[in-house]
Amino acid sequence: MLHPRPHDTSESDFIVEFRDVTCGYVGTTALSGVSLKVYRGDFVGLVGPSGAGKTTLLRTILGSVDIYGGEVLVDGEPVPSSRPLAGYVPQLETIDWNFPVTVEQVVLMGHASEGWLPWHGKKVREKAYAIMERLGIAHLGKRQIRALSGGQQQRAFLGRALLSSPKLLLLDEPTSGVDIKTRDDILHLLDELNHEGVTVLMTTHEINAVAAHLPWVICVNKEIIAEGPPSEVYTPEILGRTYGAEMTVVKHEGMTLVAETPHQIGRSMRHHRKVGTQG
Amino acid sequence: MFEPLQYEFFVRGLLAATIVGALCGLVGVYIVLRKMSYIGHGLAHAIFGGAVVSYVMGINFYIGAAIWGFLAALLINATTRHKRFIAADAAIGIITTASFALGVALISRYRTFTRSFDAALFGNILGVSDNDLYAIIGVTVLTFVAVLFLYRRLLFTTFDPEVAPYFGVNTAYIDSFFSLILAGAIVVSLQVLGATLIAASLVIPPITARLLTDNFNRMVTLSVLIGASCGFVGIYASYYLDIASGASIVLVATGAFILAMIYSSARERIATMRGLAQHSAVGSPASSRALVD
Repeated sequence: MLHPRPHDTSESDFIVEFRDVTCGYVGTTALSGVSLKVYRGDFVGLVGPSGAGKTTLLRTILGSVDIYGGEVLVDGEPVPSSRPLAGYVPQLETIDWNFPVTVEQVVLMGHASEGWLPWHGKKVREKAYAIMERLGIAHLGKRQIRALSGGQQQRAFLGRALLSSPKLLLLDEPTSGVDIKTRDDILHLLDELNHEGVTVLMTTHEINAVAAHLPWVICVNKEIIAEGPPSEVYTPEILGRTYGAEMTVVKHEGMTLVAETPHQIGRSMRHHRKVGTQG
Repeated sequence: MFEPLQYEFFVRGLLAATIVGALCGLVGVYIVLRKMSYIGHGLAHAIFGGAVVSYVMGINFYIGAAIWGFLAALLINATTRHKRFIAADAAIGIITTASFALGVALISRYRTFTRSFDAALFGNILGVSDNDLYAIIGVTVLTFVAVLFLYRRLLFTTFDPEVAPYFGVNTAYIDSFFSLILAGAIVVSLQVLGATLIAASLVIPPITARLLTDNFNRMVTLSVLIGASCGFVGIYASYYLDIASGASIVLVATGAFILAMIYSSARERIATMRGLAQHSAVGSPASSRALVD
């Protein structure tokens, strides 16, 4: 389990605050009545089924979702703001891997909106390489992005988000499509960053492998269903409302595990019926 | 080699084609990487409509056509932005063919036309005047300077237009600006290449460059060089073979593309063979299986 950073609970210390927010795209509502507070230094996982509005919640913080009601404050500033308020790592599935850019060029994109010269200053380049060094991808700087493993690709885009030293880091499914070892590496890396003071907010669909290790989990399905430490939030009732499916929660040696209640469909069902008629 | 250089029209044509080649090579990189190759073809036809309209209304060709082209490009952007289910290719298809049709309609209505629009359709290097050349040089210099200043923003917007705004890049401005330079490039290329052949000059040099490199900066440089060379060689070829200049430039570019394709495939094959050789030297079961396959 990743350890929570003890946070200051004074009222002013929220980095993200949703006040009864209803938002969506082109007139359709994706999330409604969302009230939410994320403390500075938190490490939060957003869980929920596909289409529940996890990505929309991140994008609302980034200012690209239409807000129909309520207000969103990031670092005390109302959203949408004219300047970027958070570092963002998109879902890797959305990247055009055939695009002719190198790892270095991707990381340096983190500075695309600063200055008007076509090249980057020495300081920015040095910072980019320091971050790549830290992420263990400095030796891959000149490689095209397709020629990397899934974990390295994730690190390149994490590097891009870190270039502007954000206080808040938003990640969309950072552990999807990578192997177990890489998943652990990424989570520990995020944990390290969190301990250095970066607030981390990430979406994940892996309730056991990922969210169960986080100190704080928010269950989303068109609205906020519940939030709290996984051990408290993982109940059949809450998970049932979040996923719309029956879930079994198993507590074992301090671990909380979620399993889907077996439905016995397909062959096993026919088999059972046969057994039934025989008996 | 130097013989045709004694003709003033040839020198003007050679300069025009080389500079237009470089310009289209630069602008084309962004078009190809955004998978909007069809936009060059479409806009060239839209601008043809604009050229006819500006002739009918007695406005300067460059001003009329450039405004027309810019508005068409903006309309395409707006259509795809506001209606997510209309893809860029469909938007281009509607707006540009409508504009072309308007041009054709006007030509057929005012049959008293004294001006031939053949040059605008197929390109005519003999018709490049001093003023045309000045327009080409002006637009090219402005485009290169603007792209240089917006280089990093353009790169991010081209790479990931959804995410770039989260990093402070104003993609709406960048898109409009790009529509403007694209319209400018097509208007000045019309005389040299013709509406029907412009798309090739926008697409072939960057794709050829892409085959040769994985690095964006190098792709831009190569594409500009390839575009300029094809313009230069194409004009010479058109003089000696007595063929239309636009067609000649496009055919030379196609030749370069085929060469790059062969080079790139050969390089891949050699890399694969080296890999196999290394593995079979180690004697790994995976590679022997691959050889059997």
